[in-house]
Amino acid sequence: MSKKKEILRGAEIFCRALKDEGVKHLFGYPGGAVLHIYDALYKQDDVEHILVRHEQGATHAADGYARATGKPGVVLVTSGPGATNAVTGIATAHMDSIPLVVFTGQVPRKMIGNDAFQEVDSIGITRPCVKHNFLVKDVKVLAETIKKAFYVATSGRPGPVVVDIPKDVTADSCSYEYPKNIDMRSYRPVIKGHPGQIKRASKLILSAKKPMIYSGGGVILGEASKELTKFTQILNYPITNTLMGLGAYPATDKQFVGMLGMHGTYEANMAMHNCDVLIAIGARFDDRVTGDLEKFCPYAKIIHIDVDPSSIAKNVPVDVPIVGDVKHVLKDLNEILKSEQDKLQVNKNELKSWWDKIHEWAKIDCLKYDRTSSVIKPQFVVEKLWELTKGDAYVTSDVGQHQMWAAQFYKFDKPRRWINSGGLGTMGFGLPAAMGVKLAFPNETVACITGEASLVMCIQELSTCLQYGTPVKIIILNNRYMGMVRQWQEFFYSGRYSHSYMEALPDFVKMAESYGHMGIRVEKSSGVENALKEALSMKDKTVIMDFITDQTENVYPMIASGKGHHEMHLSSERELA
Amino acid sequence: MRHIISLLLENEAGALSRVAGLFSARAFNIESLSVAPTEDPTVSRLTLVTTGSDAIVEQITKQLNKLVDVIKVVDLNEYEHVEKELLLTKLIAEKKEDHETVKRLVDTFNGRIVDVTKNLYTIEITDTCEKIDAFITTLDDRLILEVVRSGVSAISLGDKAIQS
Repeated sequence: MSKKKEILRGAEIFCRALKDEGVKHLFGYPGGAVLHIYDALYKQDDVEHILVRHEQGATHAADGYARATGKPGVVLVTSGPGATNAVTGIATAHMDSIPLVVFTGQVPRKMIGNDAFQEVDSIGITRPCVKHNFLVKDVKVLAETIKKAFYVATSGRPGPVVVDIPKDVTADSCSYEYPKNIDMRSYRPVIKGHPGQIKRASKLILSAKKPMIYSGGGVILGEASKELTKFTQILNYPITNTLMGLGAYPATDKQFVGMLGMHGTYEANMAMHNCDVLIAIGARFDDRVTGDLEKFCPYAKIIHIDVDPSSIAKNVPVDVPIVGDVKHVLKDLNEILKSEQDKLQVNKNELKSWWDKIHEWAKIDCLKYDRTSSVIKPQFVVEKLWELTKGDAYVTSDVGQHQMWAAQFYKFDKPRRWINSGGLGTMGFGLPAAMGVKLAFPNETVACITGEASLVMCIQELSTCLQYGTPVKIIILNNRYMGMVRQWQEFFYSGRYSHSYMEALPDFVKMAESYGHMGIRVEKSSGVENALKEALSMKDKTVIMDFITDQTENVYPMIASGKGHHEMHLSSERELA
Repeated sequence: MRHIISLLLENEAGALSRVAGLFSARAFNIESLSVAPTEDPTVSRLTLVTTGSDAIVEQITKQLNKLVDVIKVVDLNEYEHVEKELLLTKLIAEKKEDHETVKRLVDTFNGRIVDVTKNLYTIEITDTCEKIDAFITTLDDRLILEVVRSGVSAISLGDKAIQS
């Protein structure tokens, strides 16, 4: 018996499609072009709408939600300024391959191109920073387009998809049916890796005398942490994670040598420089990771596993490329390695001396800082947070020094716990992202490690936190500077601190209170632990902790631009030959 | 090195701008580009000519493949192929010897006169990009009033075909 199809208006189709897609939260802000949709939202309760205070906040919140859950984040904004305000968040998600579906209202079809009120070419503006975008020109294709948008956003290498819907399309009616599956002839991501390439890779992996595993955000996006951990432990090879890949392999495990790259550990970068086989998994050889390409891994044969063929050999030539979903490829590799246990013993002695070398590098203790200081060291705050949350909090960050300290000192043992804007480096990301995470996981501890400059870029979302009861713990490492800008000015501009000092800062305690939250100001190291404990114990309160930190502290170690992994700067007192 | 890349893409509004936008966003060269629907009205065939090192051309084809509207990408340099470009040009012939020159050159380059007025010839030549370049450089600048080139179209030779 065939079910009679319902006739629905476009706005209703929108709501039903989200429901059928399993969407629970929609981050948005109303406006003229989406009023029909907002009216339809009012009449349903399947999808909860979260009213943000700025469209940038909506995209970051949806992004945080997506990074923490693995499900797509969903956004609804109006035309014109609604869409342009969302662009920073869309670009942020694009650079880090985060699945978002962003619906933008558009002026009615007849008015498109006429410079109508609140009209902007949203498709044109977002084109370079989305995985794909759609303009819905007919209500009859609305449901199908929404299905396609979710499919494209979440499959292959994920990314943001924009769906631009003219207002009159949301008023038109047609029969509703949500497609179960979608097939696009022009879009069929590769899942399985090529068996011949996998075989070649396994041979190279087993022949290594100084191996190194370098894994990135792709392992987290591809839900392949378990497979990566198994792979690494079968081999007993050293592993480093990129900034985006932290948590994919447990940071407290003995095989983990820390993050690599510009502010990576000495042992990770030296192991990269000296390795003979590099196994890159779901990583994209970003410039902050590789340093000078001419000096990158000079002795290594490189295996690169990635779902996106264009990531392979983009920056660095590769010896064994494998295009495929990392989870599938790692499973296949693990199968081969299991059946070739005997070969693992062949280079046992070489591997042992390689580990000895790495332990020797690690003795330098590159993340050393003054733990006795009475002035608050930013690293100390992060370390204490890690201790008190037993390494199990969701931590978001903004961009700059605090981000690097969070990455270095909060040891993530699980994937999807570390939420930061790695690629685009978007200040203002941390607070709305934390809000999105807290909505997804109301019973988990969510902390936002931020700076006094970053936080105020999306401070308005404190209202959203209050309205929807998302008690996040905001940790300001307040050094009264745009810290990373100041650090570069100290190193490379002879200490000319051009416009990096934050004068006329607000009183963050009062600010927290005025938004209906709690504020704590901490000025001495001795107060750090108690403040964190107090804040964490207030389960139902958003708390801003304003830690007044050492103004001159720099992020070490550091590889300056144009330098190689072996040319690290350890601290102002410690240089490496 | 010069490469001719053939694309099949969804014949949808915006598909072309995705291709063009990719080239500008990633600072790839684009020498010419021609596009039109195929026998299947939902599919457009696009031919573009670009130059770059092997690594760059590899990135170009990979990035093109990544575009969701692109159905197929083929670097025609990997196949035996034939390329053609159409030139339409208006040439001024005020003096008697100009008339002779134009007619002689059109003959030499296997062109066709498609329109004549008292002082103007409209010429059509279909040939390789190189030949058309040669025709234009051979002409005295004084004779050229207008030049229109279609950009290169190309197809592989033999049994293989690029299909959606």
